[in-house]
Amino acid sequence: MLAYSLRRVLQSILVMLVVALISFALFRFVGDPVNSMVGQETSLADREALRRQLGLYDPFVVQFWNFITRAVQGDFGISYRLQEPVMKLILSRLPATLELALVSGTAAFILGVGFGVYTALNRRGLASNGIMTLSLIGVSLPTFLIGVLLIWVFAVELKWLPSFGRGDTVALTSWWTTGFLTPSGRASLVLPAVTLGLYQMTLIMRLVRAEMLEVLRTDYVKFARARGLSQRAIHFGHALKNTMVPVITVMGLQLGSIIAFSIITETVFQWPGIGSLFINSVKAVDVPVMAAYLMMIAAIFVIINLIVDILYYIVDPRLRLDGGGKH
Amino acid sequence: MTHMPRFSRATAGLMLSAATLALSLTAADANTIRWARSADALTLDPHSQNEGPTSTLLHHIYETLVLRETDGSLTPRLATEWSIHPEDPSIWVFKIREGVKFHDGADLTAEDVVFSFNRVKAESSGFRALHAAAVSAEAVDDHTVHIKTNGPSPLYVQNLTNFFIVDKDWAEKNNVVEPQNFAAGEDNFAVRNTNGTGPYKLVSRDPEVKTVLTLNENHWAEKPQVTEVIYTPIAEAATRVAALLSGEIDFVQDVPVQDVNRLQETPGVTVVNGPENRSIFFAYDVSSPKLRSGNVDDNPFAKQAVRDAIHMSIDRDAIKQVVMRGQSQPGAMPLPPFANGWTAELDAYDKPDYAKAAELVKEAGYPNGFSFDMNCSNDRYLNDEAICQAVVAMLSRANIKANLVSQSRNLHFPLIEKRESDFYLLGWGVPPFDSQYVFDFLVHTPGGSYGSYNGGQYSNPDLDKKIEALATMTDLEARNASIAEIWKVVMDEKIILNIHNQVLAYAMKDGINLAVHPENQANMSTVTYK
Repeated sequence: MLAYSLRRVLQSILVMLVVALISFALFRFVGDPVNSMVGQETSLADREALRRQLGLYDPFVVQFWNFITRAVQGDFGISYRLQEPVMKLILSRLPATLELALVSGTAAFILGVGFGVYTALNRRGLASNGIMTLSLIGVSLPTFLIGVLLIWVFAVELKWLPSFGRGDTVALTSWWTTGFLTPSGRASLVLPAVTLGLYQMTLIMRLVRAEMLEVLRTDYVKFARARGLSQRAIHFGHALKNTMVPVITVMGLQLGSIIAFSIITETVFQWPGIGSLFINSVKAVDVPVMAAYLMMIAAIFVIINLIVDILYYIVDPRLRLDGGGKH
Repeated sequence: MTHMPRFSRATAGLMLSAATLALSLTAADANTIRWARSADALTLDPHSQNEGPTSTLLHHIYETLVLRETDGSLTPRLATEWSIHPEDPSIWVFKIREGVKFHDGADLTAEDVVFSFNRVKAESSGFRALHAAAVSAEAVDDHTVHIKTNGPSPLYVQNLTNFFIVDKDWAEKNNVVEPQNFAAGEDNFAVRNTNGTGPYKLVSRDPEVKTVLTLNENHWAEKPQVTEVIYTPIAEAATRVAALLSGEIDFVQDVPVQDVNRLQETPGVTVVNGPENRSIFFAYDVSSPKLRSGNVDDNPFAKQAVRDAIHMSIDRDAIKQVVMRGQSQPGAMPLPPFANGWTAELDAYDKPDYAKAAELVKEAGYPNGFSFDMNCSNDRYLNDEAICQAVVAMLSRANIKANLVSQSRNLHFPLIEKRESDFYLLGWGVPPFDSQYVFDFLVHTPGGSYGSYNGGQYSNPDLDKKIEALATMTDLEARNASIAEIWKVVMDEKIILNIHNQVLAYAMKDGINLAVHPENQANMSTVTYK
């Protein structure tokens, strides 16, 4: 067990290093950060001096090594654009993204499973066909368009919900602010959460429906019916339980992508999370923030995968034989 | 069927509570203004970043010696008067306003101005270049400052419109004697905290989310009507406009060009227009023997006939109507109309004559025309990429084939700096409102502090001498005559292909009065209510 976990952790570190290497190689093509940092009067000589000061002319290997050695000490440098420590910036933006991801992920999960079960059990119903047709819209419309449409209907025309921002927030710790505790904070969550969660909900719904239809055809469900169990016990006690294994796996991975790819939703709704921080940093070639962001996203995916791998090890006895160190 | 109705009831309930919330939000205080623009200030350090939104916000908290008015003139602010020293033309004398207090209660003295001068001259200051001509500052008495320049510098005062005055004691106490230094990699107190003399005090700031300012009751000037400012950046244009229409925002500074006409017709919304201090133009390599991206063996742009042909084939009115939806001021001169040296005669342009242009290209030795790469930014100026597309189409009618290379400003501008572009788009603002600024950076032969954005590497030793002389000429009449001579050569030789001057549009709720500022520095203290 220990050897297996250790090997997995080492592999994860390797993945992180590769991500850092690739992102650093890409930064060279994003452009020149100095242009966004100085006024148009600044002479070419002063621009050169600033580039040198920032280490932009150092060889790639030196830049990369400096970044890695400082990153392992938790120091990601100072943002070129906002002139604040990168760690502080990311920490202050992270709660907004996590809260949005949590709300939209939870809503997508509950509604997705609910609709999935419903459409599986009532395959020929009018409502089921309606839901299935509507879910096609959820899959096919781009997030940007959904966001703008929702703003137009609910903020501009109906004036029910705010069109941008996070509303009033309450500080829980020095950097964790929450929007859950104020009415405007909760209202501000609705439109971005729907925008971000619509695709996930559709995905889960279609997955649950397909799995459920599969399970309902299996022998043990037929035997359960023959034993005279109630419909409710068969559907929810036996069938749904057995569909949930792949759904939870997919959901875990989707949570990672909700956090990582909330960039569009955050931009449309001016949501002050790490996604909008990243996109603004790309526009200004703020290399320290871009590097830290990509490392963090890589870390989130690596950690989720690590946990899943270790869980598999516990759940699946076959892996234990393989990893026993016999070879 | 059990899930559906429950879901919709829950949703309806949620939306209803949100609706009452939205209603309570719109009934805000009449003296609070909610202001949105596309980007936030990058920092609150007044000497760190020479960048539009940063200076605009800082003008509310900090003050400058002189103020650029909406009509472009200079008026007294923290300096009550200024003049060139009667005995030594290389000294500027500033009388500092008396009775001015910083937000923490400290008095403004000449020492603070001298300290601010040294801070803005620091290595890590973003405004250093504007003070290149100034050598040192000296407090002669409590309310008089002498700034010494390296020779007569009659235009220096024009560079002080973004020179903010900080309190010496406050800066020393908080260890912010110099602006943020990136190499040192430390957090700077002045990035988040302020102590100015301005009409508003900082209440709270959440970068890129919200900045709240409140009235400074002890301000020296007449009390503004707006008592509270809530500043929220909204990057996405569609969301910014939606927030104005839904009543969550009172004033939008950066209105997308395509929405101006629609907003003008929307009841409850007022749109005001005004010229911005920024010309949009093309320039091209006129000095290299051969183009980098050309398909011919020489440099067509080095020939006057080809430059004539290019200028002949641009339909500026069509660009205004189709690309800019009427939101631009077409002109041939790369200078905003309110700047010194502008004339209607030089700014006038002819209708395009494609047949004649094609003939000129043919006579210049290109019977089959020629091709080259046109470099264009796509995220810097209003509709920059669309302008380039239109120009590509127009040039093709004169048998000049431009291949459009459109990319982010972070990749575009280095091409101009490194002289790697044959033909490029550029926008240029003229903060001192004087032609010399254009000549220094765009016309003078590159070298030293001159010609940094003369990407076409135009070089004319005669003009260089005249341009250098402008800086120290104190006889304004002779100086203006010299400016006119330089413009005549620049316009005759057609080294810059100007398209238009950008127009700014501000959109606001009915009942608010705010004029467009030529530097796009909207100031809430100038807002009046109808």
